[in-house]
Amino acid sequence: MNAARNLQVGPDGRLRHLLTTEGLSAELIRHILDSADQFVSVSERDVKKVPLLRGKSIFNVFFEGSTRTRTTFEIAAKRLSADVINLNVSVSSTSKGETLLDTVYNLQAMDADMFVVRHAQSGAAHLIARHVKPGVAVINAGDGRHAHPTQGLLDMYTIRHYKKDFSALSVAIVGDVLHSRVARSQIHALKTLGVPDLRVIGPKTLMPNAVERLGVRVFHAMGEGIRDCDVVIMLRLQNERMNGALLPSAAEFFKCYGLTADKLARAKPDAIVMHPGPMNRGVEIDSSVADGRQSVILPQVTFGIAVRMAVMSMLGSA
Amino acid sequence: MKLEIRGARVVDPASGRDAAESIFIAEGAIAAIGKAPQGFRADETIEAAGLVACPGLVDLSARLREPGFEYKATLESEMRAAVAGGVTTLACPPDTDPPLDEPGLVEMLTRRATGLECGKVHPLGALTVGLQGERLAEMAELADAGCVGFFQGNAALPDAAMLLHALSYAATFGFTVWLRPEDAHLARGGVAHDGEAATRLGLAAIPVIAETVALRTILEIAAATEARVHLARLSSAAGVALVAEAKSRGARVSCDVGVHHLHLCDRDLADFDAQCNLRPPLRDPSDRDALRRALAAGTIDAVCSDHTPVDDDAKQVPFAEAEAGASALELLLPLTLKWGREMRMDLKDTLGTVTSRPAAILGVGAGTLAPGAPADVCLFDERAPWIVRPEALASQGKNTPFQGLEVTGRVVRTIVAGRTVHRA
Repeated sequence: MNAARNLQVGPDGRLRHLLTTEGLSAELIRHILDSADQFVSVSERDVKKVPLLRGKSIFNVFFEGSTRTRTTFEIAAKRLSADVINLNVSVSSTSKGETLLDTVYNLQAMDADMFVVRHAQSGAAHLIARHVKPGVAVINAGDGRHAHPTQGLLDMYTIRHYKKDFSALSVAIVGDVLHSRVARSQIHALKTLGVPDLRVIGPKTLMPNAVERLGVRVFHAMGEGIRDCDVVIMLRLQNERMNGALLPSAAEFFKCYGLTADKLARAKPDAIVMHPGPMNRGVEIDSSVADGRQSVILPQVTFGIAVRMAVMSMLGSA
Repeated sequence: MKLEIRGARVVDPASGRDAAESIFIAEGAIAAIGKAPQGFRADETIEAAGLVACPGLVDLSARLREPGFEYKATLESEMRAAVAGGVTTLACPPDTDPPLDEPGLVEMLTRRATGLECGKVHPLGALTVGLQGERLAEMAELADAGCVGFFQGNAALPDAAMLLHALSYAATFGFTVWLRPEDAHLARGGVAHDGEAATRLGLAAIPVIAETVALRTILEIAAATEARVHLARLSSAAGVALVAEAKSRGARVSCDVGVHHLHLCDRDLADFDAQCNLRPPLRDPSDRDALRRALAAGTIDAVCSDHTPVDDDAKQVPFAEAEAGASALELLLPLTLKWGREMRMDLKDTLGTVTSRPAAILGVGAGTLAPGAPADVCLFDERAPWIVRPEALASQGKNTPFQGLEVTGRVVRTIVAGRTVHRA
């Protein structure tokens, strides 16, 4: 996937766009995480603002609704002093028949410096990145099942924060891997950072074909897959997948793959529990675990702001 | 008008001829090869030493986009592209708008194509009215209007019962039914092969079993009805194996492969190249290699361009929303030559896959240089390299995944019924 790397990383090794964690070097990922360290402290101050992107216009263009993710990008941009414009395109232009690229060209004509894009189709961010003017940066905030790189990076930040070193970790990703852009972004980043034992756990109907070629081990039994893990990452199960051809019911999913205290007891005693949010309590995760001492789900959100600030500042100062 | 093509390497797969000779053409037909007929005086002599002269190429699938999709391509633009690629006979699928399900539409298309004085167009009629899969099209009427077979295109038949009726009815008259083997339910929503690339890219998949399940059903029903079936666009090693086994049992089936599938695989989708959005999908390298071998071995009868001009707007969208297909009439010859060289094939055997072998499937008098046959000739420079530049293609469709590729083999002149219709 050299092409992807060339699209998002320039010949000088600098980040031009952030489209996927696949192909990012370990050095570049560490650089982003190190940079995020500094922004965590910004967010702890009374005045939570630095002037790094003053005068820059960042367009949050969401072709698929997501208040949560859009808000985290908005906060990150505002803490960098950028001007933020939010567009919920799913209910405006495209319903009038405007194409994706026309929408982008129109916004570009308003002198956007950076686009944060979410779209229901895999590859939408790549398409946009290939067509924007030089100097305009694109951040993929989730494209179909493909990638959600800032989520993947904030998860790396979280793991590093609690576990320090990736080189001896066992990490399990549990649930609907098939439809999960988050899982893909985590897998690429974890492999690049040298995690030696990476597992995915779920029923066969929610496991993509040939996923082991991404460097993961596949487990279908939760108890076995989670054994002695240092990190347990639960994926969100979309409502529309809960009852149908791929899964009989949310209740049965919870019985087999929901994270309960019992199941978690098979992981290492100091294992951390992560979830990209929003959680379905009682479907992927039991409340006692979600709110328990091993859960780092809320710190993930806090770190997410810092990681997005780091990415935006790197792209905005290019 | 008498024409002599002097000193070319004459390669005629149908007869096995491969020698430097002259071709003598009179009254639009091949008069003789080698020695001039008595009293032959050429009105024009083409000095062709160093060039290859073979029968005009026969393409089993080229979408001409008329009627209905003139913004993608026109009959005129695509027939120019055909002869620019050395293609003098082609079958066009019925998936126009409206589909070719009425004799009047077919007659109009062939009449207009004839008027262009390029190559010959043999339409495939719609198997069902409107390609809707509900009612059989008037096959006998359509055959009288010039249809050489009946095809459902990329549209699905609703169930095996409809397939049974269609094959049974076609068998009544001895018509050939063309089917693209793909189970619509297993393929639904998919845009890429169910392998590593689709998993990496997060694209919905079309599994190999969509092809094999459909093939088993088609082969069973074809055997039961004694219908003649042509399987269009195989894509997988498992599919090839099923067809090989059926043929060994004496099944009356033929099959083809699209030329892209001989050279590309699912890895080429990275990253989200909509030009690689094709139907069937590009599969694993092992599938591609099986297709290449099966074409060489004759299990696959012919290679076709599967030419599908698509406008830029329909490709400049996220991968899954892009219209499938690639423009390939002008690439059929060089890409087939490339495959033949890489497989260490004889030039004669290589050219058989785009001349005599597809002509036999269509059952039309083309793809041969036998005396008396129509003088459809492709003259090409086997060693001339060129770079695929979309803007330089004659086709209105500039959509090709081979942009920038250096290929070898350039058409110098195309002759249809003794008339030069294209000159480089």
